[in-house]
Amino acid sequence: MKQQLIHDSLQKKFQNESILFDETSDILTFTVRKQSIVEVVQFLKEVLGFQFLTDLCGIHYPEQELALGVVYHLHNFQTNTRIRVKTFTSVQKPQIDTLTNLFSSANWMERETYDFFGIDFVGHPNLIRILNVEYLDYFPLRKEYPLEDQTRKDKDDRFFGR
Amino acid sequence: MSKYNLVEPPDGYSAPGFFATTLDRVVGLARKNSIWPLPFATSCCGIEFMATMGANYDLARFGSERLSFSPRQADLLMVMGTIAKKMGPIVHQVYEQMAEPRWVLSVGACASSGGIFDTYSVLQGIDRVVPVDVYVPGCPPRPEQILDGFMKIQELVGNESLRRRYSPEYRELLEKYGIR
Repeated sequence: MKQQLIHDSLQKKFQNESILFDETSDILTFTVRKQSIVEVVQFLKEVLGFQFLTDLCGIHYPEQELALGVVYHLHNFQTNTRIRVKTFTSVQKPQIDTLTNLFSSANWMERETYDFFGIDFVGHPNLIRILNVEYLDYFPLRKEYPLEDQTRKDKDDRFFGR
Repeated sequence: MSKYNLVEPPDGYSAPGFFATTLDRVVGLARKNSIWPLPFATSCCGIEFMATMGANYDLARFGSERLSFSPRQADLLMVMGTIAKKMGPIVHQVYEQMAEPRWVLSVGACASSGGIFDTYSVLQGIDRVVPVDVYVPGCPPRPEQILDGFMKIQELVGNESLRRRYSPEYRELLEKYGIR
């Protein structure tokens, strides 16, 4: 499937939405507002044939106003085309609608994204931590938290970048 | 000359027909030469332990022929490998299930200190959840080092007073780890 065709049909369908296309050389990438993410992905799945959710993950750009993001990778098996969709939300109210009604595989991936970035997927049936310990009181992949375990006393800070 | 090696008798008084020593030493001698280890192997240190158990290094020479895969019958908990924070409560539970007297050998950098995994998900040393008797350094340690650590455990086992496990200090130590 030609990138131009996907580009045009998205533009045509979502004229009122601001869909920002990235200048990437690999796969077609665009950003949508979080209010329309489910609608856009549903259109991609049902009309354009992107029936497989390859990946769903979080990202944190602290310098942006909408700092937290979710990146979706979709795959069209019939034409072997891939597409990347991004959406962003604020740290203060990190809420994004769930995709679990469209893709069952989104369930665990959204739990993982919640686990590491604290993104609240509205409508998710079981949004609890999946990989980290239950009592962890922060979201470890957000940039404000250092990678190292802060409880260690035996390391010389000068040599370990603290 | 026998082709079998026997352990040396402990210090004591002997004369024709009798040998006298303390009960501590006899029990220590018996215990140290029949330690049943429970291998808790999670990563590459566990692979080194497999070599230690094999014919070349042969842990069985030290009376540890019989590995115990049930904590109930084990004397020595050998923790080998990275222990994630999520695995911490399991190590603690396995230790709790072991009967007294029990010892813990922490093999390798990860079990002893978290090693290179100084990160949010990894327990920074198993001594945060269970009391450790001997630490073996290395990443991973060679079988010789594991044997050396094991012999240090044997030394501790052989010289331990029979009253130690009833002492208030020992109770206090266990309480620090939230055991009983």
